[in-house]
Amino acid sequence: MSTSLVFVIVLAIGVIGYFLGRQRAVSKNDGSVKPHSLPHYHAWWVFLASALPAILFLVIWAGATNIYLERSAIAELPVRTADTVIASQSLELGMVSGIARGLGKLTADEVTNLPQTFAELRPLLSAKGVALAPDGQDYMIPIAVEWNKNTQRANYIGGIMALLLAVGGALYGLSGVHVRARARNNVERVILGALLAASTIAILTTVGIILSMLFQTLTFFQSVSPASFFFGTVWDPRFAAAGSGGSQGQFGLIPLLAGTLYIAFVAMLFAVPVGLFSAIYMAEYASRGVRSVVKPLLEVLAGIPTIVYGFFALVTVGPFLRDLSAALSGGYAFIQAQSVLTAGIVMGVMLIPFVSSLSDDIITAVPQSLRDGSLGLGSTRSETIRRVVLPAALPGIVGALLLTASRAIGETMIVVLAAGVAANLNINPFEAMTTITVKIVNQLTGDLEFNSPQTLVAFALGLTLFFITLGMNIFALYIVRKYREQYE
Amino acid sequence: MTDIALNPAAASARPARRDIGLKRRYAAERRFKLYGIAAIAIGIFFLIALLFSVFSNGYTAFWQTEVNLAINLDPKIIDPDNKRATDPNVLLTANYPVLARNALAEKLGVAQTDKPGLRELGKLFSDGVRGQLRELVVANPNLIGTTQNVWVLTGADIDSAFKGQIDLSVDQSRRKVSDKQVEWMNKLKADGAMAQRFNTGLFTYGASSRPETSGLSVALIGSLYMMLIVLGLSLPIGVAASIYLEEYAKKNRLTDIIEVNINNLAAVPSIVFGLLGLAVFINFLHMPRSASLVGGLVLTLMTLPTIIIATRAALRAVPPSIRAAALGIGASKTQMVFHHVLPLAAPGILTGTIIGLAHALGETAPLLLIGMVAFVANNPVTPLDPSTALPVQIYMWANEAERAFVERTSGAIIVLLLFLAVMNITAILLRRRFERRW
Repeated sequence: MSTSLVFVIVLAIGVIGYFLGRQRAVSKNDGSVKPHSLPHYHAWWVFLASALPAILFLVIWAGATNIYLERSAIAELPVRTADTVIASQSLELGMVSGIARGLGKLTADEVTNLPQTFAELRPLLSAKGVALAPDGQDYMIPIAVEWNKNTQRANYIGGIMALLLAVGGALYGLSGVHVRARARNNVERVILGALLAASTIAILTTVGIILSMLFQTLTFFQSVSPASFFFGTVWDPRFAAAGSGGSQGQFGLIPLLAGTLYIAFVAMLFAVPVGLFSAIYMAEYASRGVRSVVKPLLEVLAGIPTIVYGFFALVTVGPFLRDLSAALSGGYAFIQAQSVLTAGIVMGVMLIPFVSSLSDDIITAVPQSLRDGSLGLGSTRSETIRRVVLPAALPGIVGALLLTASRAIGETMIVVLAAGVAANLNINPFEAMTTITVKIVNQLTGDLEFNSPQTLVAFALGLTLFFITLGMNIFALYIVRKYREQYE
Repeated sequence: MTDIALNPAAASARPARRDIGLKRRYAAERRFKLYGIAAIAIGIFFLIALLFSVFSNGYTAFWQTEVNLAINLDPKIIDPDNKRATDPNVLLTANYPVLARNALAEKLGVAQTDKPGLRELGKLFSDGVRGQLRELVVANPNLIGTTQNVWVLTGADIDSAFKGQIDLSVDQSRRKVSDKQVEWMNKLKADGAMAQRFNTGLFTYGASSRPETSGLSVALIGSLYMMLIVLGLSLPIGVAASIYLEEYAKKNRLTDIIEVNINNLAAVPSIVFGLLGLAVFINFLHMPRSASLVGGLVLTLMTLPTIIIATRAALRAVPPSIRAAALGIGASKTQMVFHHVLPLAAPGILTGTIIGLAHALGETAPLLLIGMVAFVANNPVTPLDPSTALPVQIYMWANEAERAFVERTSGAIIVLLLFLAVMNITAILLRRRFERRW
């Protein structure tokens, strides 16, 4: 009995319950007493009472079944010794479940004369569309057969219980239908619960981010000490080739952090004046017509995906800067195509709309009376802006710049394509540096095992990145909140 | 007249005018204004430079050079041992490129004995002809022995040369197209046998190492699946969360925590969501790598804050009088929200959702981490099959060195930007059409 079939049957029972409940509610209403709820609330309540517990049960049961299957398979696997072929237990488990999945697709005839060796089984299963790794072992086949039996049994028991729950729930709901029953309140309580559950997903996501990265990071720190990660100045993870033994790489965060901050700094150096002056011009000088054309144009920059900026840097800005430097120095290109400058400028372009639209909102929010006062005392418009409007808007602008900077630090695709991969520590903006995000991508693309420090370091980097940006965001919000209503 | 004559004397009689530096101050004013105009000009210059760079590199990708050949499907070459009735593999493994080469040799008058000439001739058309002719023959084996007129893709270098992207004035040893090939190319062009045709392959092929036969179909399907998943999950969850926070939530610690969380999630770098997806969905829940299901889930979590913020703004814009009126005629709170407030907020919610979806469509970084950088040649059937996404395909092509891939990458970017433009314009039109001032 497959889970999806049970699911459909449960839903069907719920739908039948819905109509029965509706009919019952209508027939109970003889007009002598004013009914509390409309018939369809009774109907929905019956539906929820039958389907909801059964579906919840199915979900929990599926999770528990998985754990049970893995436990019992691990118990049957041969004890791991030094000469076990498969690298890790989780890989063994993966193979067993793969074989089990393949066996489930065989016909009854093929199952009765099942081949005893993996070498014979593999082509049979790949003909059914289940590709298996070549290093499967013979001892896995009986475990896989057992796995399938257990799965079947668990599905059977779970299915029966879910159906019983559904029928029981429907009967309970139906028995509660009478004229003064508060069906609407019941249904609304369920709705409220669902709304609350939906809004806690935000919390769950944050918790998930922190926990998942924290666990991997702690595993990483078992093989590399936190001090050598946080204060190391050499980044050389040395992808451990098979059989290279204890060759450990060096995982120094400093060069990556320096590159990240340097590129973000160059980007801000470009984006802040441009963005801020555009915002000032649009808020204080531009006519309505100019504003209605320019503002959307700048916002188009914000809508362009960052991969497009990365490509722009790679094929246009980088080569242009390189050729320009070659022309200036007469042959020698002192700006590399992939450099801090290239990545910084292009990232700066990406940030212009963030700076300008955030600052625009803040500048427009400064009360007009302040401007009128200053202009009335005889100052010019630029003096008013510099001495009155900007100081009044300063906290908000600082908050906006912090938010922008945190975006620059977390930006990935531009730096992946434009900043280079060499983890250098230098102060020359014309050379390549790399960033935390680039290294996260580098360490995690391609084939990977989940237990080598080369992979796990990406989570340590991610956690560092998360906390840096989180700190900046919270600080920005704090500044904005603290000074927001100063002039109102 | 006397007035004027008197004026200098009168002026000198007045106390000397205090120097308040008006000239200097007006100059500063003009400079300040100029800085603003310059800043806006810089921003717009980069926007134009970016779009120009993409479109000038990419518009040619929508046309592909093809050559029309009268190919004789010679049974002696396809099936030399005459076993095709019994062995189905014969038709699959036959040497189809030779057929195309012979047809071309006949057309251009290259003798069958001229081996170096034939070799160079073979580079004129793409190896994709193998698959093309195979499909033709396998679908209809009766064609064997007949002569068919077929448009065949040219090789990527010939395509570039035909489009004028290769500088033909340099010595032939320093470019990828030989003089002889150029001569043939011009001859075929004069005959009308070689021409640029609309590049349907860009939309129907999957991944390939040859630029001329690589296309976006896997990426388009993958992106479509992900958008459906994002829409199906983040819209109901986002709306439900917003309704709770705007209409029901009491001011307590839980509400505060939820609000702070949503604001922070909106600013978390997208790559962190990729790490979450890798650790939770793939490593912990054992979902398949490279699947658009996982990509969709990750993008859902990433898009949720955007949708929640937009929805809350839309709900807040519905005036309290509507709520009071609904409650006043006896609606319960839930009825008030779902029957009155939500329909009035729907246009705003829809606009926010479309903008969130557009954002998700262009997102690359988290997808790289969950293994969507894969060489997938066959179209995914279900969301559980390996696939790529439009921006990831752009990333993969951007890393290829060949000139023809730069063209394809720009072409793919144009496709992506068109999708985004359509979505954003729809959102703007919706807002214009349904926006209500209360």
